[in-house]
Amino acid sequence: MAKDLVEFRNLETHFQTPAGTVKAVNNVSFKIREGETLCVVGESGCGKSVTAMSLMGLIESPPGKIVGGQILFEDRDLLKLSKRDLSLIRGKEISMIFQEPMSSLNPVLTIGEQISEPLILHMLMDRKTAKKRAIELINMVGIPRAEKIFDSYPHELSGGMRQRIMIAIALSCDPKLLIADEPTTALDVTIQAQILDLMRDIKKQLNTSIMLITHDLGVVAEMADYVVVMYAGKVIEEAPVLELFKNPQHPYTKGLLKAKPIINQVQERLYSIPGQVPNPIELGNNCHFHDRCESCMDICKVKAPPFRAHDNAEHKSACWLYEEEREVL
Amino acid sequence: MSEVLVQVDHLKKYFPITGGVFQRTVGHVKAVDDISFRIHKGESFGLVGESGCGKSTIGRTILRLTDKTEGTVLFKGQDLHSIAKEELRRLRPKLQIVFQDPFSSLNPRIRIGHAIGEALFDHGVTNPKIVRERVLETMNICGLAPYQYDRYPHEFSGGQRQRIGIARALIMNPEFVVADEPVSALDVSIQAQIINLLSDLQRDKQLTYLFISHDLSVVEHLCDRVGVMYLGSMVEQAKKEELFSNPLHPYTKALMSAIPIPDPTLKRERIVLQGDIPSPANPPSGCKFHTRCPMATDLCKQQIPEYRDVGNEHFVACHYV
Repeated sequence: MAKDLVEFRNLETHFQTPAGTVKAVNNVSFKIREGETLCVVGESGCGKSVTAMSLMGLIESPPGKIVGGQILFEDRDLLKLSKRDLSLIRGKEISMIFQEPMSSLNPVLTIGEQISEPLILHMLMDRKTAKKRAIELINMVGIPRAEKIFDSYPHELSGGMRQRIMIAIALSCDPKLLIADEPTTALDVTIQAQILDLMRDIKKQLNTSIMLITHDLGVVAEMADYVVVMYAGKVIEEAPVLELFKNPQHPYTKGLLKAKPIINQVQERLYSIPGQVPNPIELGNNCHFHDRCESCMDICKVKAPPFRAHDNAEHKSACWLYEEEREVL
Repeated sequence: MSEVLVQVDHLKKYFPITGGVFQRTVGHVKAVDDISFRIHKGESFGLVGESGCGKSTIGRTILRLTDKTEGTVLFKGQDLHSIAKEELRRLRPKLQIVFQDPFSSLNPRIRIGHAIGEALFDHGVTNPKIVRERVLETMNICGLAPYQYDRYPHEFSGGQRQRIGIARALIMNPEFVVADEPVSALDVSIQAQIINLLSDLQRDKQLTYLFISHDLSVVEHLCDRVGVMYLGSMVEQAKKEELFSNPLHPYTKALMSAIPIPDPTLKRERIVLQGDIPSPANPPSGCKFHTRCPMATDLCKQQIPEYRDVGNEHFVACHYV
């Protein structure tokens, strides 16, 4: 089995708001192995992006603060590194692409300048070599006429091309980990298919680990090796992708799988999870899904279920249904 | 088959592009370019396509929220674009629209009970008691609780706001509702709730929908007939079962194969289209899809394919079908 590249250990990221504390990431632990694509899936506000931002050291403080836990990257705790040391890793060994490629590119710099910047900064290249490498990268992400694109500005490119450029920038320093936060959500399906293909090729060629954040279970099924499901700030289930889709354990995961309309499989009526995501402010210490759950028991309302493996050592979930002891004490 | 409720013939909507010092018209964005289709009473017609293909413009032009450039839109035999404004106003209660973004389509300073009841006042129901009753009844149908009557929009989540948007459209007992991407901004678990609500309402109130979406799986679930658009033109149209079991146009095939399916064991041949969608201001010659089509030939570059019936009410615009 491949080595662990990143490990989140009991990560806690909280935000202070006038109404109270929001535990956006609440005791989250999971690992990303070398050469693996790990998908973090969940609905808006479940903390999937904040987990990635914590890893990148991008949590704005105040209002946010990482109050506990560790993030180990090759056995070094990223949370203990100085700003200077972190910036040596960030952009070089770990890089990130975002949902909206227009707002993450600088509109007044040419594409070439933006791809060259990390090369000059991290790989200590001179301008000429950086330009050569940048053009290689633009070709690699499948954009024709690379020389011309090198001198273009972001507004001259389409959404799909901008996302390709973001990927080129992210890959410029041969990162060990690529974090992709909803990279295809703002794109059309035919363009999404292109970008997902590109990411798969890159993983094959460069053996980069990918942490892919998405809300789309279809994307998960196509891309993931391993899946982490989050709900209201907590990891509620994790498993290898085949296992998760075959035997989902947590009622939320089951509901998500049933609620999505699937092409060429018409159902009379869609299954829907009743209610809505709970208000994230001052959540109690219980199962956060209890008021939407069909199999809610008394204990779910008062006590948080432990997160652990049940039958299969690789498949963990947090649900009282799989626990022996369910009495309310 | 039941009667035709909405009949769209050769509809065109061009937006001028202005340039130069005098802001003269230098070109046109052909957002909707010669589109014809019919929607029967009680059915839901799905319009799919990628961003910029003109599907929302069609919805707005049918309701005369923008003026057409050419063509006709008949609602129960009446041409909506030639009748007087006053007459159109009388028809408005029958024609409603639900927008995509439930955040920007509600006034943040108006309590939602009033926002829902507003149209009743405008159309002559002035007794506050009756208005309140009707609003509460509609809220109930749309899954909103009575105590929420006096709340402001910011107190609601995305899914609930979309319910408010639907309630606003329904309070006038419409016959025809244009739903413009009503579930695109919502999470999966909420999306399923809204889709079910829309199909319940259709059954209970005999509504006719024009359902605009970029998501083929949602359209397949909700619609009876589906039209596929590309760059302002309809490229294929058929009954749902026919379209999904036997797609004919290369674009429809590519669109279907591009949708990720939540089943990791599935291995399928995927058609990945090369390149981007061309600009609608300067669409390619001949068949507009030829720049990305895997089977394009010289004929496609030169000649516009005819949009024709290939049997079984299946319309397609491609030289090689």
